[in-house]
Amino acid sequence: MNAATSVDPAAPAGSTAGLSKKRPLGDRTFQIVTLVAGLLVLVILVLIAFSTSQQASSWFTTEGIGGIFSKTWDTNKNQFGALAFIYGTAISSLIAVVLAVPVSLGIALLLTQVVPYRWARPIVYVIDLLAVVPSVVWGLWGVLVFAPWLLHIYTSVGSTLTGVPVLGSLFGPPVSGLSFFTAGIILAFMITPIVTSLSREVIATVPAIDREGAYALGATRLEMIRGVVLPHSQGGIVGAVLLGLGRAMGETIAVALVIGSSATITSHLLAPGYTMPAVIANEFGESTGEFKAALFGLAVLLFVFTIIINVVARAVVARSARRGRGA
Amino acid sequence: MEQPEQTVATNLPRPASAFQPSAFQPQADGPQGETIFDVRNVSISYGAFKAVTDVSLAIHEREITAFIGSSGSGKTTVLRAFNRMNDLIPGARLEGEMQYRGQSLYSGDVSPIAVRRRIGMVFQKPNPFPKSIYDNVAYGPRINGERNKGKLNEIVERSLRRAALWDEVKNRLSTSGLSLSGGQAQRLCIARTIAVEPDVVLMDEPASALDPIATGAIEDLMRELKSQYTIIIVTHNMQQATRVSDRTAFFSVLTDPDSDFRTGVLVEYGRTEQIFQDPHDPRTQAYVTGRIG
Amino acid sequence: MTVLTGQHPKADLREPRSWRRAKNRIATVLMVLSFVLVIIPLGFVLFTVIAKGASIISWQFLTSSIPPSVLPANVGGLGPAVLGTLLITALATVIAVPLGILAAIYLNEYGGKGFLARFIGFMSDVMTGVPSIIMGLFIFTIWVLHFGYSGLAGALALGCLMLPVVIRSTYEMLRLVPDSLREGAYALGATKARVTVTVVLPAALGGIVSGALLAVARAAGETAPLLFTILGGTSTVNLNVFSGPNTALPLQIFSNASQPYVGAQARGWGAALALIAIAFILLIAARLVTARFSRYSR
Repeated sequence: MNAATSVDPAAPAGSTAGLSKKRPLGDRTFQIVTLVAGLLVLVILVLIAFSTSQQASSWFTTEGIGGIFSKTWDTNKNQFGALAFIYGTAISSLIAVVLAVPVSLGIALLLTQVVPYRWARPIVYVIDLLAVVPSVVWGLWGVLVFAPWLLHIYTSVGSTLTGVPVLGSLFGPPVSGLSFFTAGIILAFMITPIVTSLSREVIATVPAIDREGAYALGATRLEMIRGVVLPHSQGGIVGAVLLGLGRAMGETIAVALVIGSSATITSHLLAPGYTMPAVIANEFGESTGEFKAALFGLAVLLFVFTIIINVVARAVVARSARRGRGA
Repeated sequence: MEQPEQTVATNLPRPASAFQPSAFQPQADGPQGETIFDVRNVSISYGAFKAVTDVSLAIHEREITAFIGSSGSGKTTVLRAFNRMNDLIPGARLEGEMQYRGQSLYSGDVSPIAVRRRIGMVFQKPNPFPKSIYDNVAYGPRINGERNKGKLNEIVERSLRRAALWDEVKNRLSTSGLSLSGGQAQRLCIARTIAVEPDVVLMDEPASALDPIATGAIEDLMRELKSQYTIIIVTHNMQQATRVSDRTAFFSVLTDPDSDFRTGVLVEYGRTEQIFQDPHDPRTQAYVTGRIG
Repeated sequence: MTVLTGQHPKADLREPRSWRRAKNRIATVLMVLSFVLVIIPLGFVLFTVIAKGASIISWQFLTSSIPPSVLPANVGGLGPAVLGTLLITALATVIAVPLGILAAIYLNEYGGKGFLARFIGFMSDVMTGVPSIIMGLFIFTIWVLHFGYSGLAGALALGCLMLPVVIRSTYEMLRLVPDSLREGAYALGATKARVTVTVVLPAALGGIVSGALLAVARAAGETAPLLFTILGGTSTVNLNVFSGPNTALPLQIFSNASQPYVGAQARGWGAALALIAIAFILLIAARLVTARFSRYSR
């Protein structure tokens, strides 16, 4: 029997020397390092919540809960009500979702049900391309090219609908190229990739057996989609839509450039408006004191809203995935 | 070396199936080597499920021991217990005593890492790493601290020669291990295992995923390796067991008719010819004659 | 029973009634239309950026200092912004990618189905939805207020954005590595850390790199996190990422977009073209890596 080397913890075959050895230090350290890296996620989220709330504390104390619901935003009079921005965020995001969801669903169904495999790849590449266009480029194009072009359309629509009961208050004058609706359209472009890809994932989990069952009964493709695919994936699709909504709410730069920077609450979608992230982006640099605290307050609200929407969205997707697998 | 004896069953009819003794006759009741593994009343559970109950046997040095039995009888579970691979399954628990060369394998201060460097394993489905052939074989020595290039080259060549793979791959050691055929990949895995100079090599159905010719090559390899390593193999191929093994352990599923409780048990253990030609237990006889399993 | 006149009712194999067929056709058309609806703005944007940006892109543009906005397009360039984007994005990558990989290793190799691992995985996904401007404000509060504006601060903010993305994509890749590889390494007596680093990571490397490249592509185009961390007012190159304000392409585009001067706008288009080019290169690189090096894909 050879002598065990001192470097090698495993003695040569045929001996039991060295069989006892504590767990190597490197192994334990590695595990701890990975755990710390994982915890970093939670630490960052908590720190975000704390640090922004702290900076916003003077706004919370002066305005209180009423600040969330107050329409008055006047930097000179030190009055900072958040409602106009919450409204703007909500409206522009809703427009985006209304426009993007049918399109995204259409593409997702196109990719999974209609298109043969070889054509799916190029279509996915196009969607990837869409996803990779930076927000600021959308904004640049929006403010310099798209909005002026839209203004023509808006003006004709606006003048046609002047005085018309419901539509007039939505699409009637005042109209501006930089408006809620323009922001909504651009947001729709931006959230389409994520809603599409998530819907695709969800739809792909529909078992082929169920789909074939519908076809075997003589259904057309549309009937199969309505009868099997959509009911099966509706939970996941709802989750995907919520995620798109969250993304639209948080989108800053493109919106800041095309929304018109006017803190007003109005039903006229073609009029300029403002959103929480947009006002922060535009005004933070110059702000001081109370103003700054108010902007931080808006940031806290935005953080809370998007966290809630994302948590709900992810939970919905996870639950429908579980149910799908169990079914 | 003694003259191999032909044993002929006298009181039981010779099984009708083609259990012809092959040209290779395992030593009939000669002196047995040192006891490598001493298993005493071992039961292994995964959580609430008791996979195997009250197994006792002894594995001897430089022999090939075969575990046979139907699926679910616990033979793979016992095999994996020898190199602490069951530790990787959450909820796995071993009761009883399992000793390797006189030292308990499952006492608190024993390192599974060190155990596995002594007791290697070849798996049912060849699992070469997505690395070059050279790096596959060199992996074990490298994690043992061997850095010397010359030494590594020597180890790689020696292991590949012993695994009867050297001639086929010596000119393409840098190509991926995944490019080998099933039989070659399994020999690579065997080379990888013996590169760390283990004491024991465990094999979990090593040829079941291979075609008959590759299987033959693996069996020849096993007989050659026997001169240096103790080998335990799990196999569901009874002819294979008769071809290569010195001793055989037959496992079976025990079902409690009332409670539907199932567990694996060791039914009989002895020299291979005795198990196949003169089984003592009726369950063994039923299995080896093909009536069940 | 054969009927002399007409067909047996069960042998009627004609198409279903025309209304069902029509609805099906309409639906297919709508689906194709939705894809077209997406190609149009994408094409429009790309066309505009390339058309307006190509005329200003030149070596001079990519290397000269930033002139006052009022000056026309052929004066100066956006060199500092180009360099800033490259440096800051690279720094963010170096910070976020290793941490993300380590966290994903924890989730897949150590955490398993435990509550903490599932919670971290869930919150990491939630974190991908946090608006980028919040990350910028966060780093502003805990770093800039103490250490001033710097490229590093910007990199930290971008890193926070990239981290959950890298975690998710790396985790998915690690999951795809078959357990039989791990078992083979364990059976040779490797410790868990060694198995992970020497067998699992190399096997998943193609997919991990591809996912990281996509995260970098996203980070390179982000503006909001940089607004309050690198400040952006600089007109000359600042190579020191650890101190002093800096600028980057997205920031320049943002400020130039609201300028009335033609020169500034032209520079904005040039920067947009440069930015899109960077993002496209990273996207294509990611797809290539997946195609050539990703061993286990879905």
